[in-house]
Order: sequence, then structure tokens, then C-alpha cells
Amino acid sequence: MSETAASEAKASEQVAKKRLGKWSRRGLITAGLLAGGALVVGVGIRPGHRAPRLRSLVAEGEEALLNVWLKIAPDNRVTAIVPHAEMGQGVHSTLAQMLADELDADWNLVDVQEAPAHEEYANYALGKGFLLGDVDIPRALVGTVDGAFLKLSQAMSLQITGGSTSVRTSGRFAMRVAGAAGREMLASAAAAAWQVPSAELVLQDSHIAHPPSKRRATYAEFAAAAAEFAPPAKPRLKTPDEFRLMGTSAPRLDIPAKVDGSAVFGIDASVDGLKVATTRRCPVFGGTVASVDDERALQVPGVLKVVNLEDAVAVIADGYWQARKGLDALTVEWAMNGLEEIDQARIFGQFSAALDLADAEGDGNTEAEAGDVEAALAGAARRLDAEYRVPYLAHASMEPMNCTVWLRDGACDVWTGTQNPLGVRAGVADIVALDAELVNVHNLYLGGAFGRRFVDDYAMQAARVAKAMPGVPIKVIWSREEDTRQDHYRPAVTSRFRGGLDAEGNPVAWRNVYVDKHEPAEAPLIPYAIPNRLVRHVSSPTHVPFGVWRSVDHSQHAFFTESFIDELAIAAAQDPYQYRRRLLADSPRHRKVLDAAAQAADWGAPKPAGTGRGIALHESFGSVVAQVVDARVQAGKVRVERVCCAVDVGFAINPDGVVAQMESGIVYGLSAALYGEIGIERGRVKQSNFHDYPMLRIDEMPVVDTVIVNSGAPLGGAGEPGTPPLAPALANALYDATGERIRVLPVSRHEWGGVEA
Amino acid sequence: MIDLEVNGAAHRVDAEPDMPLLWVLRERLGLTGTKFGCGIAQCGACTVHLDGVAVRSCVTPITAAAGRSVTTIEGLAEDDGRHPVQQAWIDCQVPQCGYCQSGQIMSAAALLASNAAPTDADIDTAMRGNICRCGAYSRIRRAIKQAGEARNSV
Repeated sequence: MSETAASEAKASEQVAKKRLGKWSRRGLITAGLLAGGALVVGVGIRPGHRAPRLRSLVAEGEEALLNVWLKIAPDNRVTAIVPHAEMGQGVHSTLAQMLADELDADWNLVDVQEAPAHEEYANYALGKGFLLGDVDIPRALVGTVDGAFLKLSQAMSLQITGGSTSVRTSGRFAMRVAGAAGREMLASAAAAAWQVPSAELVLQDSHIAHPPSKRRATYAEFAAAAAEFAPPAKPRLKTPDEFRLMGTSAPRLDIPAKVDGSAVFGIDASVDGLKVATTRRCPVFGGTVASVDDERALQVPGVLKVVNLEDAVAVIADGYWQARKGLDALTVEWAMNGLEEIDQARIFGQFSAALDLADAEGDGNTEAEAGDVEAALAGAARRLDAEYRVPYLAHASMEPMNCTVWLRDGACDVWTGTQNPLGVRAGVADIVALDAELVNVHNLYLGGAFGRRFVDDYAMQAARVAKAMPGVPIKVIWSREEDTRQDHYRPAVTSRFRGGLDAEGNPVAWRNVYVDKHEPAEAPLIPYAIPNRLVRHVSSPTHVPFGVWRSVDHSQHAFFTESFIDELAIAAAQDPYQYRRRLLADSPRHRKVLDAAAQAADWGAPKPAGTGRGIALHESFGSVVAQVVDARVQAGKVRVERVCCAVDVGFAINPDGVVAQMESGIVYGLSAALYGEIGIERGRVKQSNFHDYPMLRIDEMPVVDTVIVNSGAPLGGAGEPGTPPLAPALANALYDATGERIRVLPVSRHEWGGVEA
Repeated sequence: MIDLEVNGAAHRVDAEPDMPLLWVLRERLGLTGTKFGCGIAQCGACTVHLDGVAVRSCVTPITAAAGRSVTTIEGLAEDDGRHPVQQAWIDCQVPQCGYCQSGQIMSAAALLASNAAPTDADIDTAMRGNICRCGAYSRIRRAIKQAGEARNSV
């Protein structure tokens, strides 16, 4: 880390510590000893602020709870128990890294376990099985079983994974605290046993040493004694100059199992006597089953039962192949209630009408307003109008939706991959009419999620199928076609802009009105110093189910705002990078990231003939990302040659992990920008599988260069912020290459005519 | 009854002739490292070796594998070690969610078995049938080259 970065990170650490002090008084650190001599340290906390979009998802409104546990076992291995799902973002490893650093643990002796879907795992479940098997509840925790912990543990947010929040919340406020508390207790125990001042002790690599007396012991040797010391109310956290693991690219702990086939994903769940089902929901959203003819299906060898779920049909069989053949042999009539008349053109027509009305009446819900936009537009030397449009998008995680449910007398086990295991537990309990206590959710690896596995429809459906055959464990696997057609889609949006420039080309007015607001609230906001701004939305609901899609509203709005600022720069006959830069004089963090991307791309350098270069900048989930795309049109096809990416997540806990998330976000954004389109035809989704909903493949992969800017700002997320800038940077590059402005995605819809470069 | 050899062991399975090899491996033999992604040979998550050649097991009927030798991700490494491709995948920190990686690794191993020093174009041709939704393509390319070099230096 450079000196500047270190001092900036240190400054932010001071801020972080202040915050820590503020909430740790409301927090609770406990510790205890497990039978067998393992030390456990737990942290229950209530962070004071949350990503706004999570608010609607948590049970307890503003306040929420995160619990984390650290265990040091007699074999000196450290286990970090994390309340987040691993879906590729590397969060298990990064969170463990934060804890292990504060604990001064040897990374080779660190394991990770995902917390069970049990809001009481912090107390009851300790005895009940997940963590300890048949071990007793630690003495120190007995008093809390029905007390503070139980109360503290009732927030649904306990285990939600999303909003790029894991490192920012659990990591920053809980993993580090647990590690630091454990370290202080171990030091106290060693100092007392050896009768030496604790200042003379050296804790490193899971060992405690006292150099003057040449004594050395493992952490495990003092685990039992450490439990006798009261956990520190406010353990001292390391300053960045003391970091040993944070800021390094420690290898991920989950990777070895992901190269030899041993990693267990939801779809791999295995139980004796397992049967497999596959389902088809009414292809028109909101439709229901009118009638089912199952005669032929029941003749398919291996088919056991056909279940009418009212909104769907399910075929239960010995295996997936038999179930699929059975499903294909079903004749189903659907009741579609007129929704089958809706198509893509009608939806966008509806959006246009809503926007026309808002234009005519000066209407809409105002989200941001500065100055007097109408007056500024009236007085502008030039005005510019643009309308942009993006389609619905599916998530298309590689692992199709699936869930295994085993409902039997008074108990229910669920195996799946979910971003919200407690939500799954509560929902399944409701469907099978059992206390949530009796529903055990085993959250396995997620074969991609990107927001899809926030919605638990597939698990609820599996519970309904399992109810039709009680006592038999049933795994419901969706076909790729079902996965594509029964998603909760990124919403389609139309967004209109009117901008005003003064005589020198400076933007003086920015008016933006668009259909349908979701979250986060700040998605359509811009960092640029434009004196008169108005951002509004109007509501125009459709029957297409929507959900959160990697970066949520940011991916649409970054395309709109960063395309339009580019259009203003072009209208002003100014360099798009310099134009943005001048408007960021009061936003040094954004400017620094913009500069870093431009420098990495050698912005001003000559480009290969026919290549265009475009830039975009966007802040999301606490991180700022800028990207420069080099692209060309060749034989009517767009070829992206290079993406230079600069990212400021505040401080990169695992730099290679941040780089991997940028690469991933860029590919995700590029697939969407080039090809992504879920079209609605006769009320249903037209696309079905990877042949008509294509993904970027290796031969289309651009060179990606990522530069990390450690500004020292409060920690931001990494999983999502790499996606939003890609589409506008690409569209801006294509304008540079061809002179044609892409205002409608995907790019593959654009006919390039004679513009070939 | 259909006889086939999987990862060096002889198996006799009772399956309908059109049942894809993928589901025999996953549901009859318990080899879940091979993944279901699309069912129509569009994504490569189900890639295995049939007599050393990379095939999409989701569209390979079990009868096509009868009497032949199948290698899955579980049987790729010799002895208890790791195949050079698996090691390179760890060294380059390739996997994110990991779901497509069994298929990616099987495609890469088949490529390197016939071409230990593939060019970028060779890699494109051999690997374009394998989708990675997490976008690990740069790392996949790097790891294939590294694994090829490791093989060449043995």
C-alpha cells in the first residue's frame, strides 16, 4: 500500500472506530467455552445505517442485527461462522480474512462455515447441533439463552446476502470485532498463566509467544483459560499499518472444492429415497391451471405422480429425466385472464403514454431537485432531448432454480441455495404448517444468484410439491427453459432527458423523468455539478414480475445518465472525459477514479483505426467505478477489445477478490448490453435457453485491466458496482467509432447499416 | 442393462436407452460434480470425456456411452493428486460460484491432452462452448496456458 493510501485508509479507520464506538455500546460481545475446550466468541450488533433497499426486506424496520461467531478448536484451527451465502463473490473467504487478521491467526489454519438458517443459532442452536453436534451450551451463554440474544436475534436480516453489504456490515462491524475480542482474551489468559505483562506478548500465526522467556504456545492451549476472562466491551481494532491479511490477496478457501467436483451446490443435495420433480408454471404470469390431462404422463416409465399446484403443474418421478418426459407428455389448459394479449410493444407504449402524460402535466414524483430547471431550460443557449430504453433481463445463473424438501412427521428439512435462508425457513414453515423451529434449512453453495436467489418462489413451490407426497424427500429442479421464463426480471425502463447548455457548452439544466422506481433510491442521481436539476419518476406497472438484478436500478440508470452526459459533451463539442472531469471539481473521490480509468486506458492516445473509445462513471453500494471501453464494429458485429476499470471500494480487503468482482461485473454487464433481452409476447417470455438468450463467451472476452484506488472512504461493496458503467461506456465507445448513438439496448438490435469502420 | 466404465470402474446400469449420460452420472452413480445447466448442449456445464474426447453429457444418450470409457471431474486427477489443469485453476483463482467449472476444466483438459501449447485461437475454439456466468474467462485463458506450460516442463 502506498503511503498516501495508507494514511487515507488510516483516516477512514479513525472514522470507522468512532462509528464502532457509537454502536458497540448497543452491541453485545459474548464468549464461552464449548465441551472439548473450544473457545467461542460471538458478536451481536445493530449497525446504525443500512443500504436503503434492504429496509423493505427486514422485519424490524430501521434496525437490524448481524451475528457472527468465532471458534478456536483444540486442534488450533479457527472457524469463522458467517451469516452470508457464498454465491461466487468470495465472501466466505473475505469475511474470514477480516476476522483472522484481527485475531492474528494463521490463514492456513482458518475454516469457514455458513451460519445455519436459525435466528437463535447464537444460543439454542449452539446446543442443538449445527455448530457443535452434541456439545453443551457454553457456560457463559446459558444466561443469555432466553435473554438478550434471543431478543437481539429476531431480525430477518441476519443472513441476507445482497446489496454488496457483507464486507461493509458483517465484515466491518462484526468479523473484525470478534477476531479482536478473541485476541485480547487469549492475550489476557497467556499473560496471567505466564505471569508476564501482556505488552510483552507477541500474537502471530495462531501462536502466542513471550520472547524474553522464550515461551511459545498455540492459541488452542489458552482457549479454555481465555474463556474465563470477560470479553472486552470494545476491543482495539488494528490500524491499517498493522494489517497482515487485510489488503492482501489471500487465496479463497472455497476454490479447492470447486475444481474437483466435491463442492456441494443446492442441486447436488442427496438424501436416501430421494425423488425428483420438475414443474411448469403458467407461462403467462398470473395465469392458472384450467385443466390437466395426465394420462400420457403417468404412462412414462418412472413417473410417480402429477400434481396440480393451481398456478403450475409438477411431475414427480424417479429422476429428472423421467420427470421431464412426464412433464412434456402432459396436456395443460391455462386460464390466462386476458394477460396473454400483452406484448413488448404494448408495454413500451404504456411507458411512453405515462411519460407523455407526465410531460404534458408537468407531473411525476420528484426525487431530486436543485435550482429551477424549467427557467434554466428556457434560458439555455441549446437544448437537447433524448429517450433511452432498456428491456427486461433474466438472471440466468448457471445453476437452474432447485430446492429439495423432505417433509415428514413433525419435521421438515430443506436443501437449497438461497440469499435469504431465514425467509425460506419462514415461508416453508407456513406452507407445511409447522413451527419454523421444526424447519431446518441447509443452505448449500449457490451456482450463481445475482439477485435471483433473493426471491424464494422456487423453494415455496418445492414445499408445495413435497406436501403432495409426505414422507418422501423431493428435489424440484427447474429446466433452463423454466428458469428463463419464470424469473423475477430486471425491470424494463424508459427514461427521458432534457438538457440545457449555456453558450460555452456548460450544462445548466438536467431534467430526467422515467417510469417506475425501485431501489436503491440514489440510482438515477448524478455526481456532476449542474446547477439546475430535476429527477422524477412516474408509475407504470406491468404484469411481469420484477426482482433485484446485479446492481438493481443502477444498471439501467447508469446507462441513461452516463449516455446523456456524453451526449451533452458531444453537443458542446468537448472531450467526454474532460467534460465530466470539469463537472467533478467538488467531487474529488469521483474525479480520482475517473482519472485513474482514463490514465489506465491512455485516454488521449491514438486508437487503432476503426476503434472507438468511451468512458463512464458511476457510484453504487458505496463504491465508485469508472470504465473506459475500446470497441469497434466489424462485419455488422460489435467487438469489445479492452475495458480499463478503476474502482474505489474505500479499502480493498482482498485486492484480487475485488479485481475478480470487477471482471465478473464487466462480463455480466457486457452480456446484457450486447445481447440481453427478455421479450414479452402473448403475455409470456419469448426466450427459453442460452441459444436465444445468449451470454458472452470466451472468444468475445475483452482484455480487462483493473486499477484499485484505495481512497480510504468507508468500505464499499464489490459484487455489484462493476456492472453499471459498462453499458454506457460501450455505447459511448460505439458513438465514437461510428457516430451512431445507441439509446435502446441491447446493442445487438442495432442495425449498423453503412457505418462500418 | 448397459455396461460402461466410469473413472476406471465398471458399472452396469438399468436405464432407458434415451436417458442422457448426465442423469445416469448424477442420479444413478452419485457423481454430482458434473452439472446440469441447459439440457441442450448450449452451456458446457455437463462436459465429460468419452474415450478422452470432451462431450456434452446432457445430450449424450446412455446407449452412446455403452462399452466406452467415461471420465468425469471426480476421476480427472490421477491418484490422489490434482490434474495440472485443476492446480492451475487454483493458482489463478479461477472459480467464483464454481458451478460451470467442472465443465470448463474437462474441456480444458481435453484440449491440453491433444495440444499442450494452445494459441488464443485454439483456446477460443475449444472453450467457446462453455459459458461462465461469473465471467472468469480471462483467468480460464491464463490457467490453460499455465497448465500447458506445466505439462511441457514435466
